[in-house]
Amino acid sequence: MKKFKGVDYFKIEDLLTHEEKMVRDSVREFVEEEFLPVIEKHYQNATFPFEMVKKMGELGVFGLTLPPEYGCAGLNNVAYGLVMQELERGDSGLRSFASVQSGLVMYPIYTFGSEDQKMKWLPELASGEKIGCFGLTEPDYGSNPGGMVTKAEKVEGGFILNGAKMWITNGTIADVAVVWAKLDGVIKGFLVEKGFEGFSAPEMKGKHSLRASITSELIFQDVFVPDENLLPGSGGLKSPLMCLNQARYGIAWGVIGSAMACYDTAVNYSKSRIQFNRPIAGYQLTQQKLVYMLTEITKAQLLNYHMAKLKDDQKVKHTHISMAKRNNCEAALDIARTSREILGANGILDEYPVMRHAANLESVKTYEGTHEMHTLILGEDITGISAFE
Amino acid sequence: MKIAVCVSHVPDTATKVNVGAEGKSIDPNGVTYVVNPYDEFAIEEALKTKEKIGDGEVVAISVGPDANKETIRKALAMGVDSGVLLKDDQFRDSASVAKALAEEIKALGAELVFFGKQAVDYDNSVVGQMTAEYLGYNCISVVVDFKLDDRKVTCEREIEGGKEIVSTTLPVVITTQKGLNDPRYASLKGIMAAKRKTIEEKQPAAAENKVEIIKMKKPASKQPGKVLGSDATVVPELVRLLREEAKVI
Repeated sequence: MKKFKGVDYFKIEDLLTHEEKMVRDSVREFVEEEFLPVIEKHYQNATFPFEMVKKMGELGVFGLTLPPEYGCAGLNNVAYGLVMQELERGDSGLRSFASVQSGLVMYPIYTFGSEDQKMKWLPELASGEKIGCFGLTEPDYGSNPGGMVTKAEKVEGGFILNGAKMWITNGTIADVAVVWAKLDGVIKGFLVEKGFEGFSAPEMKGKHSLRASITSELIFQDVFVPDENLLPGSGGLKSPLMCLNQARYGIAWGVIGSAMACYDTAVNYSKSRIQFNRPIAGYQLTQQKLVYMLTEITKAQLLNYHMAKLKDDQKVKHTHISMAKRNNCEAALDIARTSREILGANGILDEYPVMRHAANLESVKTYEGTHEMHTLILGEDITGISAFE
Repeated sequence: MKIAVCVSHVPDTATKVNVGAEGKSIDPNGVTYVVNPYDEFAIEEALKTKEKIGDGEVVAISVGPDANKETIRKALAMGVDSGVLLKDDQFRDSASVAKALAEEIKALGAELVFFGKQAVDYDNSVVGQMTAEYLGYNCISVVVDFKLDDRKVTCEREIEGGKEIVSTTLPVVITTQKGLNDPRYASLKGIMAAKRKTIEEKQPAAAENKVEIIKMKKPASKQPGKVLGSDATVVPELVRLLREEAKVI
């Protein structure tokens, strides 16, 4: 297999600093050498490659924008995006793991947590010694998380938690769950630790997508959560939505990694696949597909880069992130499907990554705000009229 | 203890190189440069040795133009403490690279020096040994296992058809071969830490080249292959051609 050289039609490389390029190249090398050789087997067996967690921790990809005093690298949002892109070029499951750990567990502990909570959890989450998960979605409350029924009741020394969460990445293997529940009608964040009595996290089986990622239910039956495990700074639906913005930002970058893998595979394949005595890359229908793919990747790269700059300047709005997440997921899924078409029957084999990416991206287009919800968020922003509330 | 590691900035082996307009050098346009792959083993071994001793300083040294700083920075990101660029934009042959390095190593007082066994640009495989000679240090080349016990050095090195175990004492130059270790990735924290580390720029003594590049050219392009047919009937002809024309069987 030819070494992946990145996709950069518009010299976006020139916009990156030396450190940003080094970060990207280091993660790319890691994915190429450690992850790609084992992913197909894990995907077929529906297992998550655990040995990656410590290695990713050593590399420093978890919570990489958080400050060094908590064991993190303190990098900017361009670097964060590039890391997500490279991880997802490996597999959406790998990027999902890092997104959850960074954007949905470390970020809320850092943003809403007490100093004790930060010191207790952040260094070990950064190193990969501890794994976290994020419980917001419920069986009956997906796009409408504000309707959640999981409840916390104040008792002496803590709270009693009751309810259930669904579609929780890493739930079964997590040491700590950031769980959102209503306390006197107000949404609050709680740190529920593995082993708390009445807390269980069975794995959800039978997925045709994100097979190399663990998805779970979280069940709370009269779980006692001590006072010190309430995230003191959290309050209202805005808190979990702030976390989702972090993760969605990472998804907008990540899916372009998948798209790059699919595009790169399609270009190489079409140049070597001979039909009617010439490479299929020489046929107009194939060329049109390749041009479409490269154009969409380039547009998304520019959108991502500018979004990173806005985020670093603290000017990014959640609607910007919605637009990038919505656009890039759809583009990536189309690119994966188109790549599969170019590869013909070979496209469905695990010899190539395209069918795996295509199947993954079906989930990624839906999770962290469905494509439809992002459409309506933008629609509301444009018109001032909400179509869903 | 000071440990020196000498690093080269070379074209990525996956890039296609072209000869420059004057016909004597590689055209750098469109070429991606990387840390010489064998030097990554040298960097890793220097870092591992420092970690084992629990004390010391690793200094990366490179001879060449400003662009070599990129390779030094990668070494710093992997964990090397500081860097020295012996800045020279002109061509230097192996001996004058070795001479510049030897002077710097002497000034540093480093008694343990690591090199990659060769740089993949010119493939001369001599700079480490020459540097040892200029310094009057011992030298063990093509090392696949390295042990330091106080001042005693024991190495395993690759030889034709086997391995040999060699021992010597500090000061020593070691040239490293694939298999010695598993070079670490530059971690994200390491990359950030490298921003605060310094690369000192120095002017080495003028080159006294013993080698002059007269001409550089690309190898002749390959002859296109021959298709004899697609079934068993062509096997005798294939065997005849392999024996008589290609002379490979």
